[in-house]
Amino acid sequence: MKSSVITFPGSNCDRDMNVALTKFGFKNKMVWHDDNELPKSDLVVLPGGFSYGDYLRCGSMASKSKIMQSVISFAKSGGLVMGICNGFQILVETGLVPGVLLRNKYLEFICKNVFIKVDNKDNPYFKHIDKNVFEFHIAHNEGNYFCTQDQLKEIEDNNQIAIYYCNKEGQTEDQFNPNGSIKNIAGIFNKGKNVLGMMPHPERMIDQSLSGEDGSLFFKNLINNIK
Amino acid sequence: MKISAIITLKKDVLDPQGKVIHKTLDGMGFKGINEVRQGKYFEVDVKENDPSKAKKIVEDMCKKLLANLVIEDYQIIETQ
Repeated sequence: MKSSVITFPGSNCDRDMNVALTKFGFKNKMVWHDDNELPKSDLVVLPGGFSYGDYLRCGSMASKSKIMQSVISFAKSGGLVMGICNGFQILVETGLVPGVLLRNKYLEFICKNVFIKVDNKDNPYFKHIDKNVFEFHIAHNEGNYFCTQDQLKEIEDNNQIAIYYCNKEGQTEDQFNPNGSIKNIAGIFNKGKNVLGMMPHPERMIDQSLSGEDGSLFFKNLINNIK
Repeated sequence: MKISAIITLKKDVLDPQGKVIHKTLDGMGFKGINEVRQGKYFEVDVKENDPSKAKKIVEDMCKKLLANLVIEDYQIIETQ
């Protein structure tokens, strides 16, 4: 299985993502933002970081970079594109997934482990995964998911909400919402469910001695689903 | 000619920075503030001297990059 991780100026989770993908069997290529062509890929990842120093709006500059033209066509033809953290911000700026990511409600940069609940397994990312609540890491200043009421209705009708912030037991009450996101949304899909944007970092949870292994479960499941 | 654009968050979008500025101003003694909304200001010097054409160009920039229309509104001002 082949994957590509796009590196933008200011990306800083690209190499972690490379380690994670490689560990679970992907043949991964690092792709520079200024390239035109995407290598043949089964999965494209937009990594976390601070592309273009978060100038203007997080992800706005990166969403207009050269390689993104190819990423957008790849996504529109049904290819799997996953954006993590800043990658999620880039995805919303391209319009591939609906909504925007505002500054966190309490204006704090949040860096901690959180629990997330998988709501929808009818997609290539979470299909067959035998767990519903995961412990992932978040580190962001702009992760407060927002969309219009009409968009919210549409994404709910199409089952596009991928993951919610919750507690260990999977309860999604307000108090388990770290950043003020509408409906505790931590990640969403496009309509076709081939594009996933999420704030939590699964690539930071792939080593028992460093963190936890919930990310390992995610990547193992993902590569099995793609095979 | 120079065209300016002011980008502000839409009315129903929470502006936490504006809220904090409001509270701080209040604490400094500026009482009687109803609300503070923070925005962005751009000044674009375009190689176009026809005001309506120049405004159109900057408006296009607002739609495509400078503003995110899901949450922001823009206002174009001719400055020179």
